[in-house]
Amino acid sequence: MSQMNRIEGGLIDRGRTIGFRFDGRSYQGHPGDTLASALLANGVRLMGRSFKYHRPRGPLTAGSEEPNALVELRTGARQEPNTRATVAELFDGLDARSQNRVGSLNFDLLAVNDLMSPFFAAGFYYKTFMWPKAFWEKLYEPMIRRAAGLGSLTAQPDPDVYDKGFLHCDLLVIGAGPAGLAAALTAGRAGADVILADEDFLAGGRLNAETFALGDMSGSAWAAQTVAELASLPNVRVMTRTTILGAFDHGIYGALERVSDHLAEPAPGKPRQTLWRIYAKRSVLAAGALERPIAFRNNDRPGIMLGSALRAYANRWAALPGKSVAIFTNNDDGHRTATDLIARGVNVAAVIDSRLSEAPRTNRYEVLAGGQVEDASGRLGLSSIRVKLPGGATRTLSCDALGVSGGWNPNVHLTCHQRGLPVWNEAIAAFVPGQSLPQGMTVAGSANGVFSTSGALASGAAAAAAALGDLGLKAKAAELPEAEDAPVRITPLYHVPGKGRAWLDQQNDVTVKDVKLAHQEGYRSVEHLKRYTTLGMATDQGKTANIGGLAVMAEMTGKSIPDTGTTIFRPPYTPVAIGAFAGRSAGKDFRPVRQTPSHKWAAEQGAVFVEVGMWLRTQWLPRAGETHWRQSVDREALATRKSVGICDVTTLGKIDVQGTDAAEFLNRIYANPFAKLAVGKVRYGLMLREDGMAMDDGTTARLAEDHFVMTTTTANAVGVYRHMEFCRQCLWPDMDVQIISTTEAWAQFSVAGPNARKLLQKIVDPAHDISNEAFPYMGCGDITVCGGLRARLFRISFSGELAYEIAVPTRYGDALIRRMVEEGKEFDAVVYGTEALGVMRIEKGHAAGNELNGTITALNLGMGGMVSKKKDSIGSTLSEREGLNRDDALNLVGFRPVNPQESFAAGSHFIAKDAVANAANDQGYMTSVCYSPNLGHTIGLGFLKNGAARKGEVLRAVNPVQNTETLVEVVSAHFVDPEGERLRA
Amino acid sequence: MHDLAALTPLGGAQPRTDRVGDITITEVTDRALASVSRRNGKAAEFNAAAAGLFGTDLPGPGHWAAGPVWTLIWTASDQWFAEAPFATHEDIAAITKQAFGDSASVTEQTDGWVRFDLEGPTVIDLLERLCPVPARRMPTGAATRSVIEHIGSFVICREAGRHFSVLAPRSFAGSMHHALAAAARSIA
Repeated sequence: MSQMNRIEGGLIDRGRTIGFRFDGRSYQGHPGDTLASALLANGVRLMGRSFKYHRPRGPLTAGSEEPNALVELRTGARQEPNTRATVAELFDGLDARSQNRVGSLNFDLLAVNDLMSPFFAAGFYYKTFMWPKAFWEKLYEPMIRRAAGLGSLTAQPDPDVYDKGFLHCDLLVIGAGPAGLAAALTAGRAGADVILADEDFLAGGRLNAETFALGDMSGSAWAAQTVAELASLPNVRVMTRTTILGAFDHGIYGALERVSDHLAEPAPGKPRQTLWRIYAKRSVLAAGALERPIAFRNNDRPGIMLGSALRAYANRWAALPGKSVAIFTNNDDGHRTATDLIARGVNVAAVIDSRLSEAPRTNRYEVLAGGQVEDASGRLGLSSIRVKLPGGATRTLSCDALGVSGGWNPNVHLTCHQRGLPVWNEAIAAFVPGQSLPQGMTVAGSANGVFSTSGALASGAAAAAAALGDLGLKAKAAELPEAEDAPVRITPLYHVPGKGRAWLDQQNDVTVKDVKLAHQEGYRSVEHLKRYTTLGMATDQGKTANIGGLAVMAEMTGKSIPDTGTTIFRPPYTPVAIGAFAGRSAGKDFRPVRQTPSHKWAAEQGAVFVEVGMWLRTQWLPRAGETHWRQSVDREALATRKSVGICDVTTLGKIDVQGTDAAEFLNRIYANPFAKLAVGKVRYGLMLREDGMAMDDGTTARLAEDHFVMTTTTANAVGVYRHMEFCRQCLWPDMDVQIISTTEAWAQFSVAGPNARKLLQKIVDPAHDISNEAFPYMGCGDITVCGGLRARLFRISFSGELAYEIAVPTRYGDALIRRMVEEGKEFDAVVYGTEALGVMRIEKGHAAGNELNGTITALNLGMGGMVSKKKDSIGSTLSEREGLNRDDALNLVGFRPVNPQESFAAGSHFIAKDAVANAANDQGYMTSVCYSPNLGHTIGLGFLKNGAARKGEVLRAVNPVQNTETLVEVVSAHFVDPEGERLRA
Repeated sequence: MHDLAALTPLGGAQPRTDRVGDITITEVTDRALASVSRRNGKAAEFNAAAAGLFGTDLPGPGHWAAGPVWTLIWTASDQWFAEAPFATHEDIAAITKQAFGDSASVTEQTDGWVRFDLEGPTVIDLLERLCPVPARRMPTGAATRSVIEHIGSFVICREAGRHFSVLAPRSFAGSMHHALAAAARSIA
């Protein structure tokens, strides 16, 4: 029989029938259904097993606060665990499975846990599995995780894409119930930029779940009409399926829009979800209220749900959990449920109203005033309840559904994300938002404790008008229809005392007893209670559980609920897939990449690339027959030193420094003097941090009296630029100096080796004399190449060879490297990558990132004399600190293995030959190591205490991480051409 | 005349155009670019030179302005980017420096940046998925710095609601193009 519990009416599209599967069985539903409403319509009340005891559970709610009806949705890579059946929108072909069971949902083998429950009380895992200690990680924890838990992951990569986006508005309205719609209408008609967001796929909030009228229309019809008007306004953005998940600083809100979750799969190229950041000048929180249950023995039977949920399933979805319904209430709301159900022809067995004298009397259904539901029967689905009547008699009522109404909790979540604390309102027995709200937020409607429809509409309109007034926009509250204005009449009852387990937190299987036990064991603070019992944790964050838990704790301590306090509310309001937080930053798109001007050419050559920050640089270029990276790197380094090599060095930071004070500015930035650098010359510069440590190094060329181009290391390009902007803007604002990055504007190549000049002479136009006499070492200048292209030439060397760096506008970089390779053929020119670059700079003893590690001074680098005392520069004063200038300070020196066949690793520490290898005997450490093809053995650079005076000494290079130890000899850091003859050739 | 062939930032011989749904993404390579910074104490000379060369007032923060040939974009305090046709102004820094003399610091920026023009009726929806600037509220003539897919960029509103330019560091061209095209597919 299909849809046996479907009744007339509802806001579903009966014109279409769609098929779906649950636990392998096929069912039918309609567009507008959720998975939960469709299952209920099909007579399925049992939808899951509980977390710890594997108790059979059905839906408790009809919304996002659902603790029980968690399912695995979809199959394959799109399978998603822990989705709430109560908000999963039904689509054709939807495939869902219950979770946390061994065997079938009806017969779960792990339900044995329920019988063992005395062993699984609050904090059981802290007590029961303490011994033997070693068993915890290997046996107990895996066992518990197997038994307790929610859905499963497929471990397949998520095939969907997620977008991120940014929205701006004058007014963000959170929630599209009566208060939110009235607020949006007021602000929208006033012309303000409005965003109206609601997590539901149908705007209207409770208006869609209730039967009362707004003016001469039904609530849902008024909602539909209002949404249509809002959607027609160009200044209003109506966002359904969009959860505002957090309130962040300065009026910024996070929102998750489920773009494609109501479809079997997203359309090609379309995101599954979009995570929005909303910048709102003002916001109206109209998030409504959530009903809370009353705990009693076995109150978790499938078929027992909140009264408001029962009403929502009947009114909105025309679905019932059963044919015969009872109501258990402590306030007037339960009677609204009974009235609605009777109007729909449902048999109401009785309304058990825990209030004795205040309970309304009626002749339309039986009212058991002063009664309390003590117990419920029906393991896989409710069959009867036992009611304790005033005076002590009990009565058993047959029913297959029970609606429980324990009062309403305003949805204060977002008001607390900035640490605001809610305050207790005795009249409605609930927490309402406190005074300290996130910037620009006001609260309206039932989120603010205004529970009547009329009150919600009015407060929404007033909140919007006030918010717009704040922004200097004129708005008058929208004209609103007449609506019910019933007062709240409640006598709080949180749990029914008695034997057995009464469930407070159904998602975490926390009972009244567990809270009492926690109290008994000394956990009095609500935060401790939460951690010890797990009350309020997991996907629902205790939305239906927390107040009940607080009430029991308050009872135990003899305090009031407000004195007991709430736990901290944190974003996100409902679970968010990690994919949505990642957005497009996934896989190979995790970060953008930067390509060098020679990238296209290098890729054609089969280059191996390495990530250097975001840059992709050529690491080496294998040639046919080379099977190991060392073969390629050795060849590149040898060929460069033998004849000529070309390397793309565009990634080094280039900063254009101009202005009448440019020279003095550099003089203050660099530790060594720059004021007197001649035009047409380049100088090596070392800059220090304010604390005297080396920050970065590079060369700076003086192109004119008032024009310099500085280079930085690739890694520090941004940091150095930022530092210089700080100096320029904050330290010395009166200096006439202008700086701008020009890194990307020029394609720059190093041309190194004895034949570098000969190669360049074929490129550089003859008008420019680059002979050693005309263009000596450390010269620079504007030139033209290849028949007139403007270019720059710098005679600088990182490799220690005769070397130049040549720069052309970036668009010509590809053509230039191709030309140089072509013209270089007669010299057997090679193009080398970063590995060979590294080999040659170690051979030359040049410091790089490995050495400039943030703990190193100029003195350590052997450049102490460069720190000019004739001028003030950043870091020069603090570099004089006594501790940095000890006799045994670290010095940069070279190392070679005593046995040339042996090698060693960077990171090794130096220990005297006979000393124990421990920290007390540490003499320094190795920073850079490579195999030198020119010397035929491994070489290294490192920092050694008083190293400059210890050449020839033999030490052990000990690496406890790799468990290696090598005898090394201290040598000069300059392995190749220590006199520097080559680079001046 | 030199004989080196230019590559576009995306690595092609010719600039690329993509049409995705209602959005056209165009790689623009026919504009030369230079930064022009006003030197301390040279406001009068600088402003006079600017009026003479550019034929338009200097735009203030958050704006750009166009003369008959040049377009100026405010980029920082006392700093503008000047755009001119590449065919006639390839050596834009020299041309600009000539006009300003010692009143300005001028740096060639033509190849420091990739410019993508985004056009179409849904261009705002596109930009909302890319950067935090309030593109919907940007009038023609607005220009600002922002971040797109981790990339520091300029967002320039050429025609409100229809036509924007994005300037990003040239080396990011491929990643930026990928981000723009992906966002365009999201709203197509």
